[in-house]
Amino acid sequence: MSTWVAFFVLAALAVGSALGLVLRRNPIHGALFLVVNLGSVAGLYLMLGAEFLAAAQVIVYAGAIMVLFVFAIMVLIPGKEETGPDPRRAVRLLAPPLGALLCLLLAFVVARGTGAPAGAAPPAPATLGALGRLLFTRYLFPFELTSVLLLAAMVGVLLLARKRGS
Amino acid sequence: MSLGAYLTLAALVFAIGLFGVLTRRNAVGILLGIELMLNAVNINLVAFARFHGDVAGLVFTLFTIAITVAEVAVGLAIVIVIFRVRRTVDADRLDLLRG
Repeated sequence: MSTWVAFFVLAALAVGSALGLVLRRNPIHGALFLVVNLGSVAGLYLMLGAEFLAAAQVIVYAGAIMVLFVFAIMVLIPGKEETGPDPRRAVRLLAPPLGALLCLLLAFVVARGTGAPAGAAPPAPATLGALGRLLFTRYLFPFELTSVLLLAAMVGVLLLARKRGS
Repeated sequence: MSLGAYLTLAALVFAIGLFGVLTRRNAVGILLGIELMLNAVNINLVAFARFHGDVAGLVFTLFTIAITVAEVAVGLAIVIVIFRVRRTVDADRLDLLRG
Protein backbone atom coordinates (compact mmCIF):
# COMPACT_ATOMS: atom_id res chain seq x y z
CA MET A 1 0.00 0.00 0.00
CA SER A 2 2.64 2.53 1.05
CA THR A 3 4.76 1.57 -1.96
CA TRP A 4 1.86 2.51 -4.25
CA VAL A 5 1.54 5.89 -2.54
CA ALA A 6 5.28 6.49 -2.89
CA PHE A 7 5.18 5.38 -6.52
CA PHE A 8 2.30 7.68 -7.38
CA VAL A 9 3.86 10.69 -5.66
CA LEU A 10 7.17 10.13 -7.48
CA ALA A 11 5.42 9.43 -10.78
CA ALA A 12 3.29 12.56 -10.49
CA LEU A 13 6.43 14.59 -9.72
CA ALA A 14 8.24 13.09 -12.72
CA VAL A 15 5.38 13.64 -15.18
CA GLY A 16 4.54 17.10 -13.81
CA SER A 17 8.12 18.32 -14.03
CA ALA A 18 8.44 16.85 -17.53
CA LEU A 19 5.34 18.76 -18.61
CA GLY A 20 6.72 21.90 -16.99
CA LEU A 21 9.98 21.40 -18.88
CA VAL A 22 8.34 21.24 -22.30
CA LEU A 23 5.61 23.83 -21.70
CA ARG A 24 7.61 26.68 -20.14
CA ARG A 25 9.31 28.82 -22.76
CA ASN A 26 12.18 29.98 -20.56
CA PRO A 27 15.06 27.46 -20.84
CA ILE A 28 16.36 28.18 -17.34
CA HIS A 29 12.99 27.07 -15.95
CA GLY A 30 13.29 23.99 -18.15
CA ALA A 31 16.69 23.18 -16.64
CA LEU A 32 15.31 23.56 -13.09
CA PHE A 33 12.32 21.34 -13.93
CA LEU A 34 14.79 18.76 -15.26
CA VAL A 35 16.46 18.74 -11.81
CA VAL A 36 13.09 17.90 -10.19
CA ASN A 37 12.48 15.20 -12.81
CA LEU A 38 15.91 13.61 -12.30
CA GLY A 39 15.46 13.70 -8.52
CA SER A 40 12.11 11.92 -8.66
CA VAL A 41 13.54 9.32 -11.06
CA ALA A 42 16.37 8.78 -8.54
CA GLY A 43 13.63 8.11 -5.97
CA LEU A 44 12.11 5.54 -8.33
CA TYR A 45 15.53 3.87 -8.61
CA LEU A 46 15.60 3.63 -4.81
CA MET A 47 12.18 1.97 -4.88
CA LEU A 48 13.50 -0.49 -7.45
CA GLY A 49 16.40 -1.41 -5.17
CA ALA A 50 19.09 0.25 -7.29
CA GLU A 51 20.72 2.41 -4.63
CA PHE A 52 24.01 2.84 -6.48
CA LEU A 53 22.24 4.07 -9.62
CA ALA A 54 20.16 6.52 -7.57
CA ALA A 55 23.37 8.00 -6.16
CA ALA A 56 25.01 8.04 -9.59
CA GLN A 57 21.93 9.71 -11.03
CA VAL A 58 22.04 12.51 -8.47
CA ILE A 59 25.80 13.01 -8.76
CA VAL A 60 26.15 12.78 -12.53
CA TYR A 61 22.86 14.20 -13.78
CA ALA A 62 21.72 16.61 -11.10
CA GLY A 63 25.30 17.61 -10.35
CA ALA A 64 27.44 17.62 -13.46
CA ILE A 65 24.98 17.79 -16.35
CA MET A 66 22.76 20.42 -14.76
CA VAL A 67 25.75 22.68 -14.03
CA LEU A 68 26.69 22.32 -17.70
CA PHE A 69 23.17 23.17 -18.86
CA VAL A 70 22.75 26.17 -16.56
CA PHE A 71 26.20 27.43 -17.55
CA ALA A 72 25.40 27.11 -21.26
CA ILE A 73 22.04 28.85 -20.81
CA MET A 74 23.67 31.68 -18.88
CA VAL A 75 26.36 32.10 -21.56
CA LEU A 76 23.96 32.01 -24.49
CA ILE A 77 21.03 33.87 -22.87
CA PRO A 78 18.58 32.26 -25.30
CA GLY A 79 15.60 33.45 -23.25
CA LYS A 80 14.74 36.06 -25.84
CA GLU A 81 15.06 33.69 -28.78
CA GLU A 82 11.63 32.11 -28.70
CA THR A 83 9.66 35.29 -29.19
CA GLY A 84 7.94 36.67 -32.23
CA PRO A 85 5.75 34.84 -34.70
CA ASP A 86 6.57 31.21 -35.33
CA PRO A 87 7.58 30.71 -38.98
CA ARG A 88 6.78 27.01 -38.84
CA ARG A 89 3.56 27.03 -36.89
CA ALA A 90 1.83 24.52 -39.18
CA VAL A 91 4.56 21.91 -38.73
CA ARG A 92 4.80 22.56 -35.00
CA LEU A 93 1.08 22.02 -34.49
CA LEU A 94 1.70 18.39 -35.47
CA ALA A 95 3.80 17.83 -32.33
CA PRO A 96 0.97 17.28 -29.78
CA PRO A 97 -0.82 14.63 -31.87
CA LEU A 98 2.49 12.91 -32.65
CA GLY A 99 3.47 12.83 -28.97
CA ALA A 100 0.03 11.52 -27.99
CA LEU A 101 0.21 8.89 -30.73
CA LEU A 102 3.61 7.67 -29.53
CA CYS A 103 2.33 7.54 -25.94
CA LEU A 104 -0.74 5.53 -26.98
CA LEU A 105 1.37 3.13 -29.05
CA LEU A 106 3.80 2.54 -26.18
CA ALA A 107 0.93 2.07 -23.71
CA PHE A 108 -0.62 -0.43 -26.13
CA VAL A 109 2.66 -2.35 -26.37
CA VAL A 110 3.00 -2.37 -22.57
CA ALA A 111 -0.59 -3.57 -22.12
CA ARG A 112 -0.31 -6.29 -24.76
CA GLY A 113 3.24 -7.32 -23.92
CA THR A 114 3.80 -10.98 -23.18
CA GLY A 115 6.59 -12.66 -21.30
CA ALA A 116 6.63 -10.06 -18.56
CA PRO A 117 6.82 -11.55 -15.08
CA ALA A 118 3.42 -11.01 -13.50
CA GLY A 119 2.77 -9.70 -10.03
CA ALA A 120 5.20 -8.46 -7.46
CA ALA A 121 8.94 -8.31 -7.94
CA PRO A 122 11.16 -11.09 -6.65
CA PRO A 123 13.16 -10.22 -3.54
CA ALA A 124 15.91 -7.82 -4.42
CA PRO A 125 19.29 -9.46 -4.97
CA ALA A 126 22.38 -7.96 -3.38
CA THR A 127 22.67 -5.56 -6.27
CA LEU A 128 25.75 -3.48 -5.50
CA GLY A 129 28.17 -6.38 -5.18
CA ALA A 130 26.64 -8.20 -8.13
CA LEU A 131 26.75 -5.00 -10.19
CA GLY A 132 30.44 -4.44 -9.48
CA ARG A 133 31.32 -8.07 -10.20
CA LEU A 134 29.44 -8.03 -13.49
CA LEU A 135 30.93 -4.69 -14.50
CA PHE A 136 34.50 -5.90 -14.03
CA THR A 137 34.11 -9.38 -15.49
CA ARG A 138 31.57 -9.84 -18.23
CA TYR A 139 31.23 -6.17 -19.20
CA LEU A 140 34.87 -5.20 -18.66
CA PHE A 141 35.51 -4.38 -22.33
CA PRO A 142 32.50 -2.03 -22.76
CA PHE A 143 33.42 -0.49 -19.42
CA GLU A 144 36.91 0.33 -20.67
CA LEU A 145 35.48 1.56 -23.98
CA THR A 146 33.36 4.01 -22.00
CA SER A 147 36.51 5.64 -20.65
CA VAL A 148 37.80 6.00 -24.22
CA LEU A 149 34.47 7.58 -25.19
CA LEU A 150 34.66 10.07 -22.34
CA LEU A 151 38.25 10.94 -23.26
CA ALA A 152 37.25 11.46 -26.90
CA ALA A 153 34.33 13.66 -25.81
CA MET A 154 36.63 15.71 -23.58
CA VAL A 155 39.21 16.25 -26.33
CA GLY A 156 36.46 17.08 -28.83
CA VAL A 157 34.87 19.64 -26.51
CA LEU A 158 38.24 21.30 -25.85
CA LEU A 159 38.84 21.46 -29.59
CA LEU A 160 35.41 22.96 -30.24
CA ALA A 161 35.52 25.49 -27.44
CA ARG A 162 38.98 27.00 -27.99
CA LYS A 163 39.33 30.40 -29.59
CA ARG A 164 39.57 30.45 -33.36
CA GLY A 165 43.01 30.89 -34.84
CA SER A 166 44.91 30.14 -31.64
CA MET B 1 3.95 -2.67 -7.69
CA SER B 2 3.97 -4.18 -11.13
CA LEU B 3 6.32 -3.88 -14.06
CA GLY B 4 3.56 -2.36 -16.18
CA ALA B 5 3.26 0.68 -13.92
CA TYR B 6 6.93 1.56 -14.41
CA LEU B 7 6.79 0.93 -18.15
CA THR B 8 3.69 3.13 -18.52
CA LEU B 9 5.35 5.94 -16.58
CA ALA B 10 8.46 5.65 -18.76
CA ALA B 11 6.30 5.71 -21.93
CA LEU B 12 4.58 8.88 -20.70
CA VAL B 13 7.86 10.65 -19.90
CA PHE B 14 9.35 9.53 -23.23
CA ALA B 15 6.37 10.89 -25.19
CA ILE B 16 6.55 14.20 -23.30
CA GLY B 17 10.25 14.39 -24.16
CA LEU B 18 9.51 13.78 -27.84
CA PHE B 19 6.89 16.53 -27.70
CA GLY B 20 9.50 18.87 -26.23
CA VAL B 21 12.06 18.02 -28.91
CA LEU B 22 9.49 18.68 -31.65
CA THR B 23 8.17 21.97 -30.28
CA ARG B 24 11.28 23.71 -28.91
CA ARG B 25 12.86 26.34 -31.10
CA ASN B 26 16.17 26.88 -29.36
CA ALA B 27 18.83 24.21 -29.48
CA VAL B 28 19.37 24.06 -25.71
CA GLY B 29 15.66 23.31 -25.24
CA ILE B 30 15.92 20.47 -27.74
CA LEU B 31 18.85 19.01 -25.78
CA LEU B 32 16.76 19.23 -22.58
CA GLY B 33 14.01 17.22 -24.31
CA ILE B 34 16.54 14.58 -25.38
CA GLU B 35 17.68 14.32 -21.74
CA LEU B 36 14.10 13.59 -20.75
CA MET B 37 13.80 10.81 -23.34
CA LEU B 38 17.07 9.16 -22.29
CA ASN B 39 15.93 9.30 -18.68
CA ALA B 40 12.71 7.47 -19.56
CA VAL B 41 14.78 4.72 -21.20
CA ASN B 42 16.80 4.41 -17.99
CA ILE B 43 13.61 3.89 -15.96
CA ASN B 44 12.71 1.01 -18.29
CA LEU B 45 16.15 -0.62 -17.97
CA VAL B 46 16.17 -0.43 -14.16
CA ALA B 47 12.58 -1.75 -13.95
CA PHE B 48 13.43 -4.70 -16.22
CA ALA B 49 16.55 -5.43 -14.19
CA ARG B 50 14.51 -5.52 -10.99
CA PHE B 51 11.58 -7.57 -12.21
CA HIS B 52 13.65 -10.11 -14.13
CA GLY B 53 16.23 -10.32 -11.35
CA ASP B 54 19.03 -9.62 -13.84
CA VAL B 55 21.73 -7.14 -12.81
CA ALA B 56 22.87 -6.63 -16.43
CA GLY B 57 20.13 -4.00 -16.84
CA LEU B 58 21.80 -1.87 -14.19
CA VAL B 59 25.14 -2.16 -16.03
CA PHE B 60 23.45 -0.94 -19.21
CA THR B 61 21.95 1.98 -17.29
CA LEU B 62 25.43 2.95 -16.09
CA PHE B 63 26.65 2.93 -19.70
CA THR B 64 23.65 5.01 -20.77
CA ILE B 65 24.44 7.61 -18.11
CA ALA B 66 28.08 7.83 -19.24
CA ILE B 67 27.08 8.15 -22.90
CA THR B 68 24.53 10.84 -22.00
CA VAL B 69 27.25 12.86 -20.30
CA ALA B 70 29.41 12.70 -23.43
CA GLU B 71 26.42 13.61 -25.62
CA VAL B 72 25.47 16.64 -23.54
CA ALA B 73 29.05 17.91 -23.34
CA VAL B 74 29.62 17.66 -27.09
CA GLY B 75 26.12 18.94 -27.92
CA LEU B 76 26.41 22.03 -25.74
CA ALA B 77 29.91 22.74 -27.09
CA ILE B 78 28.53 22.60 -30.64
CA VAL B 79 25.66 24.92 -29.66
CA ILE B 80 28.13 27.41 -28.17
CA VAL B 81 30.31 27.32 -31.30
CA ILE B 82 27.20 27.84 -33.49
CA PHE B 83 26.21 30.78 -31.29
CA ARG B 84 29.68 32.26 -31.68
CA VAL B 85 29.53 32.05 -35.48
CA ARG B 86 25.86 32.75 -36.26
CA ARG B 87 24.79 34.73 -33.13
CA THR B 88 21.69 32.57 -32.75
CA VAL B 89 20.66 29.29 -31.14
CA ASP B 90 17.33 29.14 -32.96
CA ALA B 91 17.25 25.70 -34.57
CA ASP B 92 14.91 26.92 -37.33
CA ARG B 93 17.50 29.37 -38.63
CA LEU B 94 20.31 26.80 -38.77
CA ASP B 95 19.43 25.50 -42.24
CA LEU B 96 22.76 25.80 -44.06
CA LEU B 97 22.59 22.18 -45.22
CA ARG B 98 19.11 22.54 -46.61
CA GLY B 99 18.85 21.36 -50.20
